[in-house]
Amino acid sequence: MEDLLMRLNRGEILVSDGAMGTMLMERGLEVGEPPESFNFARLKVLSEIATLYLDAGADIIQTNTFGASPLKLSFYSLEDKTEEINRNAVLAVRKVVGECAYISGSCGPSGKLLEPYGDTSDSEMYNSFERQMKALISADVDIICIETMTDLREVTIAVKAAKTVSSSTPVIATMTFDPTPRGFYTVMGVNIEEAAGGLESEGADIIGSNCGNGIENMIKIAKEFREFSSLPIVIQSNAGIPEIRGNTSVYPETPLFMAEKAKELVNVGVSIIGGCCGTTPEHIRAIRKVVDSVN
Amino acid sequence: MDILNKISEHLQLGDDEKVRIFTKEAIKAKISPKEILNDGLIFGMDIIGKKYKAHEIFLPDVLLAAKAMYAGMDLLRPMFIKEGIPTIGKVVIGTVQGDLHDIGKNLVGIMLKGAGFEVIDLGNDVSPSEFIEIAKKEDVSVIGMSALLTTTMPFMKIVIDLLKEEGLIGQIKTIIGGAPVTEEFAREIGADAFGYDSINAIEKVKGLTGMT
Repeated sequence: MEDLLMRLNRGEILVSDGAMGTMLMERGLEVGEPPESFNFARLKVLSEIATLYLDAGADIIQTNTFGASPLKLSFYSLEDKTEEINRNAVLAVRKVVGECAYISGSCGPSGKLLEPYGDTSDSEMYNSFERQMKALISADVDIICIETMTDLREVTIAVKAAKTVSSSTPVIATMTFDPTPRGFYTVMGVNIEEAAGGLESEGADIIGSNCGNGIENMIKIAKEFREFSSLPIVIQSNAGIPEIRGNTSVYPETPLFMAEKAKELVNVGVSIIGGCCGTTPEHIRAIRKVVDSVN
Repeated sequence: MDILNKISEHLQLGDDEKVRIFTKEAIKAKISPKEILNDGLIFGMDIIGKKYKAHEIFLPDVLLAAKAMYAGMDLLRPMFIKEGIPTIGKVVIGTVQGDLHDIGKNLVGIMLKGAGFEVIDLGNDVSPSEFIEIAKKEDVSVIGMSALLTTTMPFMKIVIDLLKEEGLIGQIKTIIGGAPVTEEFAREIGADAFGYDSINAIEKVKGLTGMT
């Protein structure tokens, strides 16, 4: 497959996939069960989801490893299975996408707080991420995607771990921002200027935002990233902020709505557009159409 | 500046060492532990809570302030026990199943402890049966549930339904909160109270336990 960064630098826009959690819930994820529990005996489900997103037109397919760093897995006493969980997730996707899409190894927050706010040291954090990165990279992922981060120190530690394990594997790093009266900030108080600067200087190749916002806020976030960095930008938006209807929650943004707004992301200069919570293969299909009309 | 003010100020700065020093000084000056708690520690923590809600400060500031609060509370706790002041109630709290957003819940836990409640924090991703089991075993008067994802909100209803099934409604009260949770939703699922922020939640818990 052609080098990802070369394609992006040429100005090509790529589409990444949509939500994983809701797909797993529809396929039997029990409450209280970590999504990574699918990575043992239910690999067929992971392959099936990858196929759905591939068919919808995604160029980048994420692995079911968001919570598969040993620190995070320790919440479920699964840390000893780190290698197996990460490896299986990559293989389940590779089996169906072959070389038709890039496999992006998802890496979410550790669930722990760094000192002095919490009890985790920088080196414990680093070792945890390094172990996950080794597992993902040795299983041949094409990209590492560090996502939904709120603490700049934690995310830069993860980027460093990824780059140390393999300097040639492209690293996507995204953070999650909340709109406040003073602009966009992560819950840990990081603004977009700080995020862009910090991620770029640690060596991330593609930076941006995922989760936490619907696509309209994401357009604003993308504009700010563009202002503060010349790196390729990735935006993976939620399908809006969920609304409660009876006993279930509904993500209000339709595939058509998101695709229409995705045009503005293209205009801002976003290089990778995909979905996060609440998005489905239908959302990705609609975004694909828009992206095809510009590429 | 009076000493309780100093405790509050340094708590807000997240300086646990200074809070420890000034709390010791206040104890030496024979200020009652209750006064130190209410007009020093809780007073400062309330301001932190309000600033956090207004996005003037962020989570790291809250976490450091909480650490400082505990530094002071650790000195006061033995005095409360010695004076035989009972805790004013037992509360079990947690974020509901599938939810890993625990900032608001932690804040409520800190404030509840500060207000004199005994708090059992079950952490994140707490299943309905775990809430009920612990609530019964520990004989709590209130269950506090938090959610920041609407997808996990229905689990709050399961807890309340389980309480109904077991005939514990009324005996164990429920309060819910979290960003997407509304008063209307609380009414709909039969929760006894809704806390729109951490400070409000403490007032409501006091109400539920007959403290106000």
